[in-house]
Amino acid sequence: MATWTYSPAPESTDVVSINDTYGLFIGGKFVDPASGDYLKTINPATEEVLASIPVAGQEDIDAAVAAARSAFGEWSSTDPANRAKQLFRIARVIQERSRELAVLETMNGGKPIRESRDGDVPLTAAHFFYYAGWADKLEYAFAGRRTEPLGVCAQVIPWNFPLLMLAWKIAPALAAGNTVVLKPAETTPLTALLFAEICQQAELPPGVVNIVTGAGATGAALVRHGDVDKVAFTGSTQVGKEIQRAIAGTGKRLTLELGGKAANIIFEDAALDQAIEGIVNGIFFNQGHVCCAGSRLLVQESVAERVMLKLRRRLATLKLGDPLDKNTDIGAINSRDQLDKIKRLVGVGVDEGAEIYQAPCDLPERGFWFPPTVFTGVAQSHRIAREEIFGPVLSVMTFRTPDEAVEKANNIPFGLSAGVWTEKGSRILWMADRLQAGVVWANTFNQFDPGSPFGGYKESGFGREGGRQGLEPYVKLVRP
Amino acid sequence: MSQRLGVRKTYKLFINGAFARSESGRSYEVTSPSDDSVTNAVRASRKDLRDAVKAARSSWAKWSQMTAYNRGQILYRVAEMMEARRAELVDEVMRAEGNGAEEQVDTAIDTWIWYAGWTDKLSQTMGNSNSVGGPYFNITTPEPTGVVGIVAPQLPSLAGLVERLAPVLCGSNVAVAVASEPHPLPSIALAECLATADVPPGVVNILTGYSSELVPVLAAHGDVDAIDVTGVAERDLADVERAAANNVKRIVRAGEQRSPYEVTAFMEMKTVWHPQGP
Repeated sequence: MATWTYSPAPESTDVVSINDTYGLFIGGKFVDPASGDYLKTINPATEEVLASIPVAGQEDIDAAVAAARSAFGEWSSTDPANRAKQLFRIARVIQERSRELAVLETMNGGKPIRESRDGDVPLTAAHFFYYAGWADKLEYAFAGRRTEPLGVCAQVIPWNFPLLMLAWKIAPALAAGNTVVLKPAETTPLTALLFAEICQQAELPPGVVNIVTGAGATGAALVRHGDVDKVAFTGSTQVGKEIQRAIAGTGKRLTLELGGKAANIIFEDAALDQAIEGIVNGIFFNQGHVCCAGSRLLVQESVAERVMLKLRRRLATLKLGDPLDKNTDIGAINSRDQLDKIKRLVGVGVDEGAEIYQAPCDLPERGFWFPPTVFTGVAQSHRIAREEIFGPVLSVMTFRTPDEAVEKANNIPFGLSAGVWTEKGSRILWMADRLQAGVVWANTFNQFDPGSPFGGYKESGFGREGGRQGLEPYVKLVRP
Repeated sequence: MSQRLGVRKTYKLFINGAFARSESGRSYEVTSPSDDSVTNAVRASRKDLRDAVKAARSSWAKWSQMTAYNRGQILYRVAEMMEARRAELVDEVMRAEGNGAEEQVDTAIDTWIWYAGWTDKLSQTMGNSNSVGGPYFNITTPEPTGVVGIVAPQLPSLAGLVERLAPVLCGSNVAVAVASEPHPLPSIALAECLATADVPPGVVNILTGYSSELVPVLAAHGDVDAIDVTGVAERDLADVERAAANNVKRIVRAGEQRSPYEVTAFMEMKTVWHPQGP
């Protein structure tokens, strides 16, 4: 059999200029942290240090919240048409600087350039474009009600889609007339800081967007700040619960977009080759660092063997390696901590008696890597079937009837997303009705769009991001 | 001939469609401000509350799979049953509160009517199809969140509970309500209307007793998806909300009366995607 090999096709990093040291973005300016603390941010594919990033302390948080507060009055009373144009302008600058953003996103986060170039960055621009349009049409968004902004929003985002999560948080907040203080993740602050530059370039009024970098303590101080009206968090369920506890009784509005353990359900009548692509996209997209990843594969028993055979064949074709290479499918694991966590849980899976299969591939010597991994013979009670691994690890279980599929899919505290693969229309709708998940992908998986609400049931959080429903967490509804 | 001795009513809990005493056998005294009569209300235990949650959970599948039209008719039926027993309800509220009873009962009845008309309009007004950047059908619809715990306000004793309960049921959820502690009796009269209105057993469960005993358990319960804290005293709010974080409960506090947004506060937006192609 003839084999085809790929020549290296690395994306150039010339378009990106990274500072040695960054400041906090407060009141429209980059400022040195009062804390005097810095941390190093690296490229997880090479372990090279990229830059020094300030760690915002309490005094810095106070300054950022104060800047957002003082900008709020003017921003919330700005002519909505101008607010819209301001957001359109940001969307345009993101498009203009898309290559730079994509390369930087890949360098700092480890995701394949194909994904940051074709997914993260265009979706980020689209998100600003979408909510820009709402800014002067808010009276059409909620039947029978007009909207008022909430005030200062504290927003804490994760490292898996640094720029896109920033857009999901900032775009609707600004469209509704709020001001924000955003904290990017500890390991992936660079595109957020480049976004701060974009705000300057777009001449966004100072203080409307403030960006404070740091680790967990910075985020904790931000959401607890007394002059914050609204908290929005995307991240783990554990931290989400801590935040919900921390702000209990304060009256702060809260949205949480937390963990998941999505069931991707394959019926025997599914178009299997398409389903295989959906399985692969479901769990190996972004190295499985996806809260809505299809990490539990539920296959109807009658086709389980065929599906596994096809899946193994497909896994052998996945290219793992340099995230900047345009042919790479699987990039680097985001951090050493995350790699350790994946290894630990995979070890648990082996100890619990599940059968492990790992795609044959060479792992680069430097950086953080984990091969695509599939567990079969998984029981519902296994930790690898219940806990979010947040890596390229798939747990496979089988079912016989649609009822059983629903029961297994829902038998978990999470409820973020689900996949259904069948050629039978009535079954899709029947399943979609019963699956306790905020997003149901039928005969597709991991699709995102600014116009499409996203968010969880149960312990996957509450509130929606995207679409008309994504505005609601950022407004107060008032009778006209 | 001796004067006929009146028959008094024993007030019980309403769990899984049945009227039950507490498994603990406890009660507490409720004194009427209007006639000083003393009635024994059931003092529900934590175990009663857990039983109620279990009943609610098992009734949810049936209730949420009913057609919206059917659910609307049942809510309307509750109003019919209350209207038929209007005099009794007025008497209950009068005994509980000492004034404003007629107006309150009318408000309660009309609240059911208002929400009865909403059941089949929620997805039309609160959901929508989405234009996405690709060949996909994409639709967002509101769906019930599941089991809702309701801490009813102390006053008004009847309308206060109805105004929190009706939107919860309107959105296809099931409920476990802790009645007003000082004025619990009208809530049991309400339960008697619910029991004859084709509301399936378990869809509404009403407990009377000490809030300090029941509310923390309700707030922390792992099989309760949302909690309405309207009736929680300001000083207890932080504790209740902290406990609710245990399983990321949706925390809802009454915003306004008669609003579809009071319904969607207990609902989840579900978005379904499907590719389009020839």
